[in-house]
Amino acid sequence: MSADLSPLWEVFIRSRNGLAHRHAGSLHATDAEMALAAARDLFTRRGEAASLWVVPAAAIIASDPAEAGMLFEPTGSKIYRHPTFYEVPEDVGHM
Amino acid sequence: MYTQALNTAEAPGAPVDAAAAARFQARIDAEQRIEPRDFMPEAYRRTLIRQISQHAHSEIVGMLPEGNWITRAPSLRRKAALLAKVQDEGGHGLYLYAAAETLGVAREALVDQLLAGVAKYSSIFNYPTLTWADIGAIGWLVDGAAIMNQIPLCRCSYGPYARAMIRICKEESFHQRQGFEIMLTLCRGTPAQKAMAQDALDRWWWPVLMMFGPPDAQSQHSQTSTRWKIKRFSNDELRQKFLDATVPQARFLGLTPPDPALAFDAETGHWRAGPIDWAEFEAVLAGNGPCNRERLEARRRAHEDGAWVRDAARAHAEKPRATKAQAA
Repeated sequence: MSADLSPLWEVFIRSRNGLAHRHAGSLHATDAEMALAAARDLFTRRGEAASLWVVPAAAIIASDPAEAGMLFEPTGSKIYRHPTFYEVPEDVGHM
Repeated sequence: MYTQALNTAEAPGAPVDAAAAARFQARIDAEQRIEPRDFMPEAYRRTLIRQISQHAHSEIVGMLPEGNWITRAPSLRRKAALLAKVQDEGGHGLYLYAAAETLGVAREALVDQLLAGVAKYSSIFNYPTLTWADIGAIGWLVDGAAIMNQIPLCRCSYGPYARAMIRICKEESFHQRQGFEIMLTLCRGTPAQKAMAQDALDRWWWPVLMMFGPPDAQSQHSQTSTRWKIKRFSNDELRQKFLDATVPQARFLGLTPPDPALAFDAETGHWRAGPIDWAEFEAVLAGNGPCNRERLEARRRAHEDGAWVRDAARAHAEKPRATKAQAA
């Protein structure tokens, strides 16, 4: 049965010209061409796409959820990175 | 199309790290979504694999009763709509297999379970589609019941399942409307056409009410699913919602559900159904419905007949690799 296992692909859809591609889901296909054809059939039956990407799932390097705290929490205390941290008198107008 | 409450939640298995389990439950209680690589108790994983794969199998087997009428649809408009609907069901099955795979099980293994007859799928698809009106009744009632059940699943605690359900629910509402339209057309047609619609309702009504699963009093397992926020409403709650939504639609059509005890309770504002024949439900689940054998046989045949396509695709994918290796 393991001979039947075909690679997994992640599908990204650009819904309209000018927008970024967004992850839509995943599918199995033996090669890139078939992955693209399957993505078209599976995820764009109602005009959802202006463009498609398929990426081998194995090519995606993901951060470890267990390290989410270490990676992302430090920015929580760095409020000086946001514009609202700085005081500008109202008289100055929009800045 | 549908996941059925089959009460197959796992009994708590091997002891788990109590602290980790408590953190997990706290995340669930805080309405956080669980993602594939997050910690989850083994029983949660197994329950989800079973539920999502049963749901996927239901979508795939659900293509069969309707596929039966594609070549005999009464007009091109109806044929195009039915083709699109059946194609959607296939797509829904694939979204769901992909969601199940994030839990660490291969789609091929799940399909093997279905073909071996050890996996369950919704009991409703073991009933035959005898007339064109059955296609209307399926869209209106079966998809209607599925929507009742699937809307709360869009908020299920497991992220990939919830996201698949959002996509499915968006596509599902056309299914119900096209079914209702078929029924409406028949009910406004000749007396024979209206009789055909009534006959379809007579045959589908009770099996559809059974789709929500056994009564709450008999479903001790659903407590765990509720605690894990996989299940948001009980079987009886969902059945009641469906009843309240559907009885007025039947009356609009001028059709009568085949339940002499069906009555409106003015005090609570709810429709009350008569007793459901749960022995029939159990028999169909156990494999003895009118079409169980036929459905599995059709799936097995389709799988075997498609083997050469899978082989060819694999051989084609291998070819450039082999050529490159030879050149090197």
